[in-house]
Amino acid sequence: MQKLLCGLTGVALAFLGAGSASAQNSVKIGMINEYSGQFADTGAQIDHGVTLWMKQHGDTVAGKKIELIRKDTGGMFPDTAKRLAQEAIVRDHADILGAFSLTPNALAAADVSKQAKKLMVVMNAATSIITEKSPYIARTSSTTPQLNYTLGQWAAKNGIKTVYTMVSDYGPGIDAETWFQKGFKDNGGTIVGSVRFPIANPDFSSFVQAAKDKNPDAIYIWIPGGAQPAAIGKALAERGIDARKTKILGQDALASETALKSMGDISLGIISVSDYDYNHQSPMNKEFVKTYNDEFHRNPDFFSIGGYDGAHLIYAVLAKTGGKADGDALIAAAKGMSWESPRGPIMIDPETRDIVQTVYIRRVEKVGNELLNVEIAAVPNVKDPAHGAKK
Amino acid sequence: MLPALGVLFDGVAYGMLLFLMSVGLSVTLGMMNFVNLAHCSFAMLGGYVTVTLMNAAGWPFLATLPAAFVAGAAASIVLERIFFRRFYNSNELNQCLLTIGIVFVSIATAAYIYGTDQQPMQLPSYLRGSYHVAGIDLAVYRLFLIVVAALITAVLMVTLESTRFGAQVRAAVNNQRMARGLGIDVDRLFAFTFALGGGLAGLGGGLALPMLGLDPSFALTYLIYVLIVVAVGGLGSIAGSFAAAMLLGVADMAGKYYVPALGSVLIYLVMLVMIMWRPSGLFGRR
Amino acid sequence: MTSETLSAVAAAAPATPHEFMHAQARWHWSEIVFWLATLLPFVLAPDYLLLSSQVAITALFALSLDLILGFSGIVSLGHAAYFGVGAYTAGLISVWGWGEPLTGLLVAGVAAGIVGYVTSFVVARFRHLALIMITLGFCLLLQEAANDANWLTGGFNGLQGVHTWKLLGTFDFDLYGYTAYAYALAVLFVIFLVARRIIHSPFGLALRGIRENGARMPAIGAPILSHIRTIYTIAAIIAGVAGAILTQTTETVSLEALGFQRSADVLVMLIVGGTGRLYGGLIGAAVYMVARDQFSGLNPQYWYFWIGLLLIAIVMFLPNGILGGLELLARRLKVIS
Repeated sequence: MQKLLCGLTGVALAFLGAGSASAQNSVKIGMINEYSGQFADTGAQIDHGVTLWMKQHGDTVAGKKIELIRKDTGGMFPDTAKRLAQEAIVRDHADILGAFSLTPNALAAADVSKQAKKLMVVMNAATSIITEKSPYIARTSSTTPQLNYTLGQWAAKNGIKTVYTMVSDYGPGIDAETWFQKGFKDNGGTIVGSVRFPIANPDFSSFVQAAKDKNPDAIYIWIPGGAQPAAIGKALAERGIDARKTKILGQDALASETALKSMGDISLGIISVSDYDYNHQSPMNKEFVKTYNDEFHRNPDFFSIGGYDGAHLIYAVLAKTGGKADGDALIAAAKGMSWESPRGPIMIDPETRDIVQTVYIRRVEKVGNELLNVEIAAVPNVKDPAHGAKK
Repeated sequence: MLPALGVLFDGVAYGMLLFLMSVGLSVTLGMMNFVNLAHCSFAMLGGYVTVTLMNAAGWPFLATLPAAFVAGAAASIVLERIFFRRFYNSNELNQCLLTIGIVFVSIATAAYIYGTDQQPMQLPSYLRGSYHVAGIDLAVYRLFLIVVAALITAVLMVTLESTRFGAQVRAAVNNQRMARGLGIDVDRLFAFTFALGGGLAGLGGGLALPMLGLDPSFALTYLIYVLIVVAVGGLGSIAGSFAAAMLLGVADMAGKYYVPALGSVLIYLVMLVMIMWRPSGLFGRR
Repeated sequence: MTSETLSAVAAAAPATPHEFMHAQARWHWSEIVFWLATLLPFVLAPDYLLLSSQVAITALFALSLDLILGFSGIVSLGHAAYFGVGAYTAGLISVWGWGEPLTGLLVAGVAAGIVGYVTSFVVARFRHLALIMITLGFCLLLQEAANDANWLTGGFNGLQGVHTWKLLGTFDFDLYGYTAYAYALAVLFVIFLVARRIIHSPFGLALRGIRENGARMPAIGAPILSHIRTIYTIAAIIAGVAGAILTQTTETVSLEALGFQRSADVLVMLIVGGTGRLYGGLIGAAVYMVARDQFSGLNPQYWYFWIGLLLIAIVMFLPNGILGGLELLARRLKVIS
């Protein structure tokens, strides 16, 4: 039996060997993304960001043709994500892994990146430890601590003394709660109460009531995108909480375009923290938003910019290494790389390979007839506090 | 005391919504023993019809609701004629497979036509905000939901108790063979009831929009809650579905307010306790 | 049964119950072909070994569901609970320092079996929709509990730090998946033999009696409740083993191992393959997962549509699943009696 196995393995390896002597003139990017299921919209925006970059800059870098290999994980399925990453490398001969919207999927695929020594560009997943799991990971989106610590800090420094926090009871929510509270308390604020709601929560009224009972200066809310932001906005309005008096603080998804459309005027006054909004007032962004709309008939969001800058990074490092696609060369090139993105200036931290960028505090206001996120503060050069400056 | 009343009110409203989405499934499952897992696809269809008519055609919200009902009913009739009637005597697993297949197709179709993001919708101004009554905030929309659902429940109960059609439905649920023996055209009755159930689901989907949102995965997400209501209430019983939906809605709200750490666990716990205590449901047949 | 088959059966009928059981338990040539075919991926499709290993794992899981659903009539929408317990147990043992795969497998199976045994006391007492909802409710509760206990399970992010030692001290779990598939396939085969033995025993016959007419069984002295508890526990052990293999071969485990989607998917696969035929779960898993992989590769956004159509087609043209259809065909062609 042992001999048979060895024989079969030998034959198989021969097949493999024959297969891998294929086109060395292309660099393939395995996009391990969600194209179907609950998170399909996020996946679509990331994909749009990447394809827009490729359209604008052509599909050749340093003499190599760039090919996208799209793999659908279907949702939060780390074992599938890991398998797809492995298959992308083994079957499709991908040189680079990209996308990664969900943390569990990114963490699982990190093992593959480490074992196969391939560059992995995380374009959305926001948990800090991801970049620590493989020395070949670089991130072009944002991290939860980076955004929420900054918000907590800003809140304490801008007249908010007491906050009640409400978050979704799972990884990113708990992460956000921890870092917001830290940023807030480190700067003199007091947390008067906190609650964690179940992940798939259709109805927020009881939780909002509990928050109202405590009468805080501000209520901090962290929920995932999708149906929840609009639902909580309505719950707030129903309970008579006016966002202009009791401040509502949150992260990007709370004030996303769809959320604002659904909430309507209830959303006026909501303060959120983000690395990107399509309303960012810079000439580069105005151009970006216009081309994005022409191509995809919708506005870009923070998912799109993660994809767009991810593609930018890949092109930049390939140009720097002259087309060499092995992990060591690419990650070395990525360290310290900085550029001006439609969101503002960004840099890949040479020590942590994580993103360093300007974090914006915005408030929902009516501009003309539209509800938009208007920037009221910008904190530059924010590193991820979990592994960057502290700890 | 006051917050408790507010929580009760919210729970009743949520329960009413669950009732509307589940009553159709309870009756069809009880009458024909046909496991229709695609029930929430009708709700989803109703939701999309409402959104399309409001956003693309500019219809007022209230006018879209009957359209949602009609859409759900029409879809039910079409599916029943083409697919379901071949499987009435088939085993339950086949019915599951068929209807799951239909759910998948419906999800992909919704994603194709509408995209995968949340459908935005704005309630008309007279349905927004809340009334402040004796220190409690009563959301206008929830009041509206309760009123609409109560009306529909009343109509259903009256139909069931006082009309010939209702008597036939009760007979067919109780003992199908006997009913056929008495000359009741059970197949046509079932088609009609199925359409009614689908229509109510569609209406429920439209009404659920402001509270639960809408995206292509709606058809699967709320299936579990609907199954819970149907199982706890008892198959074939409108009163059962109503009672179960109320119980679950209030338990869910109360749990989240008083013991938030338990979260969604409370609904599952209540379900387990209820089903172990009464395996056929609160008002089930046996 | 038609009169033709009745007389054919009567003609071939063995004289004693023992001979009957013997005849049932004989290996048919199609089974041998099947198992030889499972070796083909090593040679013909080495790029697909990872997928094959996950098919083997899911097939094992489907087999365990077949034991309770197909053979004993217990419809469960929460079987992933045991899969998840096995998966997390194997993961935790590895994180706590013991990464040897085979012993980890045993411990995981035992853990899942214990949970299965305890829950079987409740499960055995219910039928129909009540049973479905109880199994579903239990699985959902377990998943919530696992999410809450994120100090133990890693919660949303999944369990980190799982590292599997070399199989039998020599084979490393490689990137291509050779060891993974060989491991999963070997375990599947061994457990299949065990399951086959159980089904073709008097106990297995009693189970089928319970499935067909549970009310009659006590009249012939069969203890229904204890039989159901036994098979449920066995099925839980097997599901736990499948979960453990998944953790060990992918070095990751997360909440979806306990999820409703996993329970629902395996149920669909079993129905597609054909219940109550031992091979139904295996064939169903292979067909469904390969179809999903291919559709997803061709059309990442809308593959749900094609899978839905496939399910509808199967249910309309092959009412007893794929194996049911094949059986009908084989009977027509007189390949089997």
